[in-house]
Amino acid sequence: VKTSTNESDILLDIYKRAKLVQQADAKFHQIISSGQLRIIYYSPRGQEVVSAAMMTALNPDDYLVTIYRGIHDHLSKGLPPKELFAEFAGKVTGTCKGKGGPMHITHPATGVMVTTGVVGSGIPIANGLALASQLEGDGKVTVCCFGDGASNIGAFHEGLNMAQLWKLPVVFLCQNNLYGEHTRMAVSTPIKSIADRGVAYGMKSVRVNGNDASQMYATAKEAVARARAGDGPTLIEAMTFRFNGHLMGDNSHYIPRKEMEAAKARDPVPALRSKLLEMQISESQLDDIEAHIVQVIEEAAQFGFDSEYPSVEENRRDVLDVEIAS
Amino acid sequence: MSEAKPKKITFGQAFHMAMDEAMANDPRVILLGEDIGDEQGGGVFKATVGLSTKYGVKRVRTTPISEQAIVGAAIGAAIVGYKPIAEIMLMNFTTVAMDMIVNHAAKLRFMSGGQTKVPLTIRTMTGAGAGFGGQHSDMLEAWFAHVPGLKVVTSSNQADAKGLLLASIEDDNPVIFIENTVTYAAAGDPPPPGYRVPLGKARVVQEGSDVTVISYGAAVAKVQAVARKMAATGVSVEIVDLRTIAPFDAETVLNSVGKTKRAVVVHEAVTEFGVGAEISSRIHEELFSDLEAPVQRVGSRYAPVPVSPVLEQDWLYSEEKIERAINKTLAKG
Repeated sequence: VKTSTNESDILLDIYKRAKLVQQADAKFHQIISSGQLRIIYYSPRGQEVVSAAMMTALNPDDYLVTIYRGIHDHLSKGLPPKELFAEFAGKVTGTCKGKGGPMHITHPATGVMVTTGVVGSGIPIANGLALASQLEGDGKVTVCCFGDGASNIGAFHEGLNMAQLWKLPVVFLCQNNLYGEHTRMAVSTPIKSIADRGVAYGMKSVRVNGNDASQMYATAKEAVARARAGDGPTLIEAMTFRFNGHLMGDNSHYIPRKEMEAAKARDPVPALRSKLLEMQISESQLDDIEAHIVQVIEEAAQFGFDSEYPSVEENRRDVLDVEIAS
Repeated sequence: MSEAKPKKITFGQAFHMAMDEAMANDPRVILLGEDIGDEQGGGVFKATVGLSTKYGVKRVRTTPISEQAIVGAAIGAAIVGYKPIAEIMLMNFTTVAMDMIVNHAAKLRFMSGGQTKVPLTIRTMTGAGAGFGGQHSDMLEAWFAHVPGLKVVTSSNQADAKGLLLASIEDDNPVIFIENTVTYAAAGDPPPPGYRVPLGKARVVQEGSDVTVISYGAAVAKVQAVARKMAATGVSVEIVDLRTIAPFDAETVLNSVGKTKRAVVVHEAVTEFGVGAEISSRIHEELFSDLEAPVQRVGSRYAPVPVSPVLEQDWLYSEEKIERAINKTLAKG
């Protein structure tokens, strides 16, 4: 197979995003483990390439709806790391002035419209963003991320039905990491593929190795093009794995050791790095990129620490359109 | 509308007028709901009849029976600048969309630090007295009133119905707009074109000096009937119609009770943990030493809404219970 320059550029773009996420994740682990930051943390480690490839296929002003395990989606979409770290730390310089926190990241400037802490709830709302784009004719596409667990909740079924019925410009990205909280998919779900559920609604549905950057990007690009052309939604079931449990502190005891080891042996981020090296991207170029990312994340974390907490007056603001009387 | 003598209008027509006017004024007003298009008959009570023909089925969208999907779509569109009106046919059906309403519509403005907002109106019908039973009649306003970020609005007359709904649609916050099933076809005076009733402002329906009765929605008419009857025996009742249940107009309520020194709160919802409890508490907190008697509450019985007419009438709050509560405040005077 001949590799075009274009393809290596795209894969390099995906790698930069994935590496940024991986580095941010490493930093969160460090500052939470050391007690510098006290939050519940849902690591996306292992799923970086899925979002990095998906977001590379989008325009900056396309919309994203995602979930509490979401920093891979946020950062890949272009959300500034400083504002992310500050929001996680509850600081006024965060995306949401510290009022939303890790599970409710919002940053319309980069298209991050909703992050929900309720499994499956983003799906009906993503339809509304897409409906607005359809009415407006603005050509924007909405990507809605969720996990395999979300496909067992009612909102998924109501949402997919409506999206297909109205041919909404939305891409449903199911990041299937094979575990919903601590429960493996076979124990929660009577079918083998989530994509089959999209088929039941007449929706174009594909299952892809989400950890393979080329495959994932090609699938994402096609789904985005379909949505943008007005041909309706796509359900992408991106197969991936979750290396660090449901939340930080969960040692994944419910995942067979061999399954985890096999997944880690196929770690998508170094795999993409190797692929780039094969494509004649130089080691030193990648080293420079990685060094820069380390610096960006260090600065972001420091920015979070150094920033101020919001004024308590914020509790009276943004509840309604006018301030609540004290 | 240009007729010389304004005809009386029903509540349903009032809601229709508000939506028609809002859609004509602003292309970003859209309607979502079950059976609302003309192909389906223009809504179960015809409130949206003609609108899909006039404004198109893109703006007046008949939906599947999917309350979560309806409210979710309305939220998403609202976030990016639309002004959706989501019709949830019956208030009991809001229960299957509570995650969308409570966790998302109400909170996204706050949780986003004010970067997004949800200017959404949810129209929903309910009310007992017509034998619809336990899952089609509940008054759940207290549930929504307890959620910061939501406004809860209802109307006691046709003109207010139009003016409050138009104001709700134009409001920048999510509004739960409650319509009464039983009085839907009742006729009353129409408002002038463009009529709006500001949210958050109660109305003193009639002035009085002996006792203030605070109420809202269909209950106001019952309170008025009781007040007329008691006026004959020399009791002067001041009536406050909240119009906006949440956040409620405490200033008007407290000014009125500060004057009459007696208060009764009347609503159709079950008394226990109802809106009456909140208003009664506020009055006691602010005016305790001025009160001539403890504040009384009148609501419906602590039971699911029954179907048998005998049971349903017994379940419902009533003019007799309102009169008794008023007399109780006077006896302590």
